[in-house]
Amino acid sequence: MAVEYKMRARMRTLADGTATGLAVLSTLLVVAPLVAIFAYLVYKGASSLNMDFFTQLPAPPGEAGGGMGNAILGSGILLAIASLIGVPIGIGGGIFLAEFGRGTKLAEAVRFTADVLNGVPSIVMGMAVYGLIVTPQMPFSALAGGVALGIMMIPTVCRTTEEMLLMVPHAVREAALALGVPNWRSVLSITVKTASPGIITGCMLAFARVAGETAPLIFTAFGNAFWSTSLTRPIAALPLQIYVYALSPYDDWHRQAWAGALVLIVLIVAAVSLVRFVASRGVLKGAS
Amino acid sequence: MGVGIEVTNLNAWYGTNHTLQDINLNIPANHATALIGPSGCGKSTFVRCLNRMHETNPIARVTGTVRIGDLDIYEDAKPVEIRRRVGMVFQRPNPFPTMSIYDNVAAGLKLNGYTNRRALDEIVERSLKNSALWDEVKDELKKKSGASLSGGQQQRLCIARALAVDPEVLLMDEPASALDPVSTSKIEDLIFQLKTQYTIVIVTHNMQQAARVAEKTGFFLNGRMVEFDSTHKIFTNPSDKRTEDYITGRFG
Repeated sequence: MAVEYKMRARMRTLADGTATGLAVLSTLLVVAPLVAIFAYLVYKGASSLNMDFFTQLPAPPGEAGGGMGNAILGSGILLAIASLIGVPIGIGGGIFLAEFGRGTKLAEAVRFTADVLNGVPSIVMGMAVYGLIVTPQMPFSALAGGVALGIMMIPTVCRTTEEMLLMVPHAVREAALALGVPNWRSVLSITVKTASPGIITGCMLAFARVAGETAPLIFTAFGNAFWSTSLTRPIAALPLQIYVYALSPYDDWHRQAWAGALVLIVLIVAAVSLVRFVASRGVLKGAS
Repeated sequence: MGVGIEVTNLNAWYGTNHTLQDINLNIPANHATALIGPSGCGKSTFVRCLNRMHETNPIARVTGTVRIGDLDIYEDAKPVEIRRRVGMVFQRPNPFPTMSIYDNVAAGLKLNGYTNRRALDEIVERSLKNSALWDEVKDELKKKSGASLSGGQQQRLCIARALAVDPEVLLMDEPASALDPVSTSKIEDLIFQLKTQYTIVIVTHNMQQAARVAEKTGFFLNGRMVEFDSTHKIFTNPSDKRTEDYITGRFG
C-alpha cells in the first residue's frame, strides 16, 4: 500500500512539474517574438534617432539628415480620424448587439457583417474606400485614409464591446432595473460602465492594429513628402513612409525606416498605456 | 410608511410553463410576510410579479391584479414607477462593482436624475444607518468600492440602496441564503426594525427564519399557494396536510 502510494505521489509531482514547465515555456514563446522584434528595432534604428527625426521633413536621397516629422504628425491625424469614426460606431454597434438587439434578425446580420468585415484584407479596404471617397473633385486625402482605418476598427471594437457587455453579470442589470432605473439608463450608466475596462481594451487593440496598417493608406492617404494638416490633401503616415524607405535603394533611408518602425511601436505602446492609465483613474472615481 | 398588497387571481407563465396559478392573498402593511416552499414552487416568481421584474424576461407573461396601496400596478403605472415604490433585495448581494459605497447607495436616485448633493448626503447616511451598515463604512464611503465589502456587508449595502429610493414595500428574495450565520442574524434584526416603516415580503428556504421574522406566512407548492395564515398557526397547527408535511420535513 505505502509503496504504491509513494509511486503515485511521485507520478503526480512529476506531472505537476511537467505541466508547470510547459506553461512557463509557452509564456516565454509568447513573449519572445515581441522582445526579439523590439530588440532588433532598437539595434537597427536607435542610432538614427535624434531630434531631427521628429521635427524635420524627409531629406532627398543622398543628403544626410532629415526626419519623419510630417509622417508622425500625419499618422496622428489619420488615427484621430479613424478613432472618431471607429470607436463610436463600434461601441454603439456592440451595445446594440448585446443589449437591445439580442435575438433579432438584424443583430444576427450585424454580427455576421462585422465578422466578415474583420476578415477583409486591408488592401481591399483601401480599394473600397478609394472607390467610394476618392474622386477627381476630392483626390487622395487624409480624410479618405482616416475613413479606411476607421472602418477597419469597427468590427474589432463592436465585437469586443458585445462580448464585454455580455460578461456583465445578470444580477448587476437586475439591481439597476429593480431600483426603477429605465432600461436605457441602466445600460449606459451601469452595464457599459461595468464593462468599460474591457471595452477600452478592445478599442486599444483596434487602434494598435490600424496604427501599423500600410495597405489601406496606399490608395487613400497616399503619402506626402511635406508637412500637411489638411484633411482634403494627401498626408504622410509612418507605415507608408517606412514602406517607401525600406524599398528604396539608399542605405540612409533604410536606417531611417528602422528608426521609423521603432518610433511607430513606441508610440503605439505609449498611446495604449496612456489611455489605460487615464481610464483606470476615471473608472475608480465611480458614478457621476 | 408601508402599504398593503392585494393580489387577485394572479397567474404567471414562463413560455408555456404555468409557474403561478390563481394566487389570491392580502399582505398586511407594516408587517413582515414570509413565503416558504420547496425550490421551484413559484415563490420567487411571485415576488417578482409584485414589482414587475418578472417581465424583464421576454418570455414571461402575467394575468390578474396586484394592488399596492391604492395602485393597480399592472393597470395604473409603468414598471419603472412601480419599482421605485417596491424595492427589492436579491439572493446574492449584487452591488454595482465599479461604484463606491456612497455611489451604490445613491445610485437609484442619481440614475433617475436626482442631483441635490446635500440631500443625497443625508439620504445616503440615513439609508446606511437604517441598514445597520453606517458605523462600519462611514469613514470610507467614497474611497472604498462596494464590491470590496464582505458578503454580509454587501447585502446590507444592497438593502441601503433599496431603501434610498424610499419605497413603500421591500421584497427580499432569500436575502440571507448566501450569508454566514452572523450576517444572517444581522439581516434578521434589520427586518425587525424595518417592518415598522415598510411592508416586507421575504422569500426564504429557512423555516426557522420565517418563524423568527414574519407575522404572516404563505406556503407555496407547485405554483399554487396552499395556505396563508399567521406564522404561528402555519408552524404549529397548519390546516393543510401538505403544509404540515413540508414544515415537518417530510419533503422539500
